[in-house]
Amino acid sequence: MTVQPLLSVRHLTTEFQLAGKQIARALEDVSFDVMPGKTIGLVGESGCGKTTTLMSIMRLLPASGRITSGNVYFNGIDLLTLSEHEMRAHRWKEMSIIFQGAMNALNPVMKIGDQIREAILLHNLMPRNAAEQRVGELLELVGIPRLRRDLYPHQYSGGMRQRAMIAMALACSPDLLFADEPTTALDVMIQAQVLELLKEIQKKLGLAIVLVTHDLGVVAEMCDDVVVMYGGKVAEYGSAELVYNQPQHPYTQRLLEAFPDLSRSIDSSTDLATIPGTPPRLNALPPGCRFSPRCHKSMEICTQIAPDLIAQNTAGNAQHLAACHLLNKLEIKNS
Amino acid sequence: MNENWALFKRNLFEFWKAFRRNKLGLLGGFLVLTAILAATFAPLLTPYAPTEVIRDVNGRGLTFAPPSVHAPLGTDDAGRDIWSQLIYGARVSLAVGFLAGFIAMFIGSLFGILAGYFGGRIDNLLMRVTDVLLVIPDLPLMLVLVATLRQMDLHVSPLVVLVFVIGLLYWTSTARLIRSQVLTIKERQYVARSRAIGAGHVHIIRKHILPQIMPLIVANTVLIISTAILIESGLAFLGLGDPTQPSWGAMLNFAFDRSAVTNGAWWFYLPPGFAIVWVTLGCVLLGNVLEDMLNPRLTAHHLESNQNMIAIQKREGE
Amino acid sequence: MSRRDFLLRKFLLSLVTIFVVIVINFMLFRVLPGDPVRSVIGRNVRISAETQQALREQFGLDKPIFPDQFIDTIGQWAQGNLGISWSLRRPVSEVLMSKLGNTVLLIGLGQVLAIFLGVTLGLLAGWKRKTAIDVGALTFSLVAWAIPTFWLGIIFLAAGSAWFGLPTAGIMSPENTGKPLMTILPDLARHLFLPTLTLTILYLGEYMLIMRSSILEVLSEDYILTAKAKGMSDWQVLWRHALRNAMLPIVTLIALNLGFTVSGAIYIETVFSYDGLGKLFQTALVKQDYPLLQGAFLLLAVSVIIANMAADILYAVLDPRVKES
Ligand SMILES: Nc1ncnc2c1ncn2[C@@H]1O[C@H](COP(=O)(O)OP(=O)(O)OP(=O)(O)O)[C@@H](O)[C@H]1O
Ligand code: SF4
Ligand SMILES: [Mg+2]
Repeated sequence: MTVQPLLSVRHLTTEFQLAGKQIARALEDVSFDVMPGKTIGLVGESGCGKTTTLMSIMRLLPASGRITSGNVYFNGIDLLTLSEHEMRAHRWKEMSIIFQGAMNALNPVMKIGDQIREAILLHNLMPRNAAEQRVGELLELVGIPRLRRDLYPHQYSGGMRQRAMIAMALACSPDLLFADEPTTALDVMIQAQVLELLKEIQKKLGLAIVLVTHDLGVVAEMCDDVVVMYGGKVAEYGSAELVYNQPQHPYTQRLLEAFPDLSRSIDSSTDLATIPGTPPRLNALPPGCRFSPRCHKSMEICTQIAPDLIAQNTAGNAQHLAACHLLNKLEIKNS
Repeated sequence: MNENWALFKRNLFEFWKAFRRNKLGLLGGFLVLTAILAATFAPLLTPYAPTEVIRDVNGRGLTFAPPSVHAPLGTDDAGRDIWSQLIYGARVSLAVGFLAGFIAMFIGSLFGILAGYFGGRIDNLLMRVTDVLLVIPDLPLMLVLVATLRQMDLHVSPLVVLVFVIGLLYWTSTARLIRSQVLTIKERQYVARSRAIGAGHVHIIRKHILPQIMPLIVANTVLIISTAILIESGLAFLGLGDPTQPSWGAMLNFAFDRSAVTNGAWWFYLPPGFAIVWVTLGCVLLGNVLEDMLNPRLTAHHLESNQNMIAIQKREGE
Repeated sequence: MSRRDFLLRKFLLSLVTIFVVIVINFMLFRVLPGDPVRSVIGRNVRISAETQQALREQFGLDKPIFPDQFIDTIGQWAQGNLGISWSLRRPVSEVLMSKLGNTVLLIGLGQVLAIFLGVTLGLLAGWKRKTAIDVGALTFSLVAWAIPTFWLGIIFLAAGSAWFGLPTAGIMSPENTGKPLMTILPDLARHLFLPTLTLTILYLGEYMLIMRSSILEVLSEDYILTAKAKGMSDWQVLWRHALRNAMLPIVTLIALNLGFTVSGAIYIETVFSYDGLGKLFQTALVKQDYPLLQGAFLLLAVSVIIANMAADILYAVLDPRVKES
C-alpha cells in the first residue's frame, strides 16, 4: 500500500495586485507533496515566493493576493474549494504556522498561557480545565516551566518566545506544521536549540513539517525532501539526498557551490546571496527561463522558452524533478 | 552645495509629479490659493471699503439688509457691506495665521534640529518643555496671556500680540516631529562619514539634514497655519481681535454680539465661518496629502477582507 | 522601565507642570499695570491711603516679590484663597465652585457620547479601510476639524431655535429654578441638547481619527495574523486581540485631549450662554476681571493636569508592558 500525501499542492499560481493595475505573479505552477510525518524544506533566495506559498495554502493572503489557479489537497480535500467558514475549522486544528520573524507574533497584552489556551478552546477540543492542563504540558514539552504561563511576551526572551510560539502551534495537535524561517531573528546558539526542539517534537508527535529557510545546512540536517524555488517557480524538487548529491538545476548547483561544507554544524549560518546578480522582479520577468540572466550555462533557447519540470532518472521510488533545458537535451540524446 | 540642491530640485519635481495626481491635494491647494489671491487683490474684488456705510435714497444706513444687488452678501448692523469685510478680513486672518505659523515653524524646526542632532541635554530639555506645554490647556493659557499683554502698555496692535502668542505656543509638535526625523537621518551612513572626515556641524546640518527635512517642514507648516487661523478666529470671536481690522473671527464676534442670530441675519454669521472652513480645510487637505506622500503609512492590514482570494477561472473543456 | 518608575516620572512631570502654571499665573498677576492691592480688594472700592498701606502690609505687598510674595501667594492659593472677583465682588473660589458642576455636566455628556461613538466608528473605519464607511469617517473628521467650534454652535443655535423652537440660552427656564430635579429634567434636556450636540460632533471627529489610526497600526501587527491563522473569525480577532491593544494609546490621547475639551467648553458655553466655567472665563475676559480670570485658569489647568495623571495611571494598569521587569 502506498502512503497518500498529507498535503498535495498542484499547479498553484498566486498573483499580487500592485499599484497602478500591475500584477506580480509571485507563484507559478508550484507543485509538491508533503508526506505524513516527514519534513520538507523550502529553499530559495529572498522573494522567491516561499512565504507566499505557505500563505496561499493557509489562505491567509493579504487583500492584494489572488490564487488564480491550482489545487491544494489536504487529506484529499481541496482547501481552495472550501468556504472561508469551513477553512477556519482547518486552520490550527490540522495545520498551524510559525510566522517569519515571529518575535511579534504574540499578543503583547495577553498572558502566554491564555494565548495557547485560546487556540485549544477555539476549536472546542476539550473543556476549560483540561485545556489549562494541556497548556502546562505544552509549555513543558518545549522546555518552559509551567509557572511561566502567566507571564506576558515582553517578559520572555527571544528564544523563549519562539518556544512558546511552537507550543502554541502544537496546541491542537496538528498533522502539519509550517515553520517560516523559525530561527532568523534569534542568535546562533538559540537557533540551534530551536531547530533541535523541532526535530525532537517531530520524533515524538509524528507531525509533518514544512520548513522554510535560507540555510542549506539546516535543510541537509532536517529535511527528507527539498523544494528549491526560483522566481516563484519550482526549480528543482526531490529527496534531500538526491538534490544534495546530484543537483541537476544550475541554480541548485550554484547554491550548493556557494555552500561548500555540508557537514558543518548548523550553527554557522551562510546566506544564499553569494550568486552574482539579483532575482528577477516579478512584474518584469525575463522571457523563457527565469534564471537565464544569471545562469552561467544559459543557451539560446533559455531566453525564449520556459523549461518544464521533468522527472530525472532515479533509482527506486525516490523522486527527483528539475526544470532546465540542459536536462531536456540530455534526455533527447540519451533516448 | 550644488549637488545637494540639484538633488533637492529633482526631488521637488518628482514630488510635484506625484502630487498632481492627487485630487484632494489639488483641491486643498486650490482652496488655499484662492484665499491668498482674494486677500492680495482685495481692493479689486470689493465694491465698498470695509468700513463704508451703505445708505438708501434717504441717506439712512442700510442695516441688516439681506443680500441684494447693492450688497452681494447683505449688510451688517451698521449698514456695512459684508462681502467687502469678508475679503478684507482674509488679509487679517491669513496674515495672522501665516505669520504665527511661520514663527511656530521656525522655533519648532530650530529646536527639533538642535535636539535631534546634538541629543544629550538640549534634547532632554526640549522633551521636558514639550511635555509640560502639552498638558497645559492651550486656550485658557492663551486667553490669560493675551488679556494680560493687552493690558500692558506695549503700544502694538492686538494682532501682533496674537501672532506672537500663537506662534510661541504652537511649535512643540513641530519640534518633536523634526527631532525624530533628524534622529533617523543622523544614523545614515553619509552623515556618519561626513562627520568622520571632520565636517563641521553647521556644514552637516546645512548640506545633509536641512535638504532632507525641508519637505516635512513645509507639510507641517501648512498644518500649523491652519491651526493658527482657527485659533486666531477663536480668540477674535472671544473679543481679543482688533476691532479696527476685523478678521473673520472678529466679524463673527460682531455678528454674535449684535444679535445677528436672533435677527435671522444669516448672511452676517454664515459667510465668515465658511471662509474660515475654506482656508483651514484647504490647509489640512494640502498638509495631510503632503505628509502622506512623505511618509507613506503602513500598508499591511491583516483583517482586510479578501473575498476574491480564490480567483480560479474554470478552464475551457473542464 | 518598571511601573513604579513610570508612575513616578509621570507624577513628577505633573508636579512640574503645575508649578509652571503657578509661576505663569503669579507672574502675569504681577506684570499687570496698576496697584496689586487693587486685585485683592477690588477695583472700585474707595479707600484711604492709610488703609491701603495697612492692607499692603497685611498682604505682604511691601515685601520683595521673590521669594516672600511668591511663597505667600502659593500658600494662599493652596488654601483655596484666589482673591476677590472685581466684577462680582465675591471670592473667586466661591464663584468658580458655583459654576463647576454645570461645566462638568456638559463636558461629561459630550465626552462620553463622543468617545463611545468615536471609538466605535473609528474602529469600523479602520477595519473596513478604504470602504465607504472609512471615506465617510475621514471626510467627517476632516471637516469637523476645520470648522470653528463656536461657528458650528452658532449655526446649531440659529437652526435649533428657528426650526425646532429649542431654547437659546441657559441651562433651564427661569421659572424652573429651585424645583425638584425630576420635574425639570425635560426642560434641562432641551437646554442641554444643542450644546451637547455641538461638543459631541466636534470631539467625535477627533476620537474617530485617533481610533482609526490606532486600530490600523494594530491590524498591521504580526499577532493579528497569528490570531487569524488560529482559525478565528475577523470579529473574534477584532474583539479579543485588536481592541485592547488599540484602546491603550486612546486612553492617553483622550487625556491629552482634555485641554482641547476645555477650549470647546469656553466657546460653546459662550455661544449658548450656558452658565458654567467657560462662560465665566469669557465674561471675566470681557470685563477684564483679572483675579477671576487667573483663578479660572488655575482651576482649569490643574484639573487637566490631574486628569492626565489619572490617565497615565490607568494606562499603567492596562498595559502589562509597564510593569516590573
Ligand atoms: N502583499 C504583497 N504585495 C505585493 N507583492 C508581494 C506581497 N507579498 C509578497 N509579494 C511579492 O511576492 C514575492 C514573493 O514574496 P515572499 O514573501 O513569498 O518571498 P519569500 O521567499 O518568503 O522571501 P523571504 O525569504 O524574504 O521571506 C516577492 O517578490 C514579493 O515582492
Ligand atoms: S534553462 Fe537554461 S538558463 Fe535556465 S537554468 Fe537551465 S541552462 Fe540555465
Ligand atoms: Mg518569507
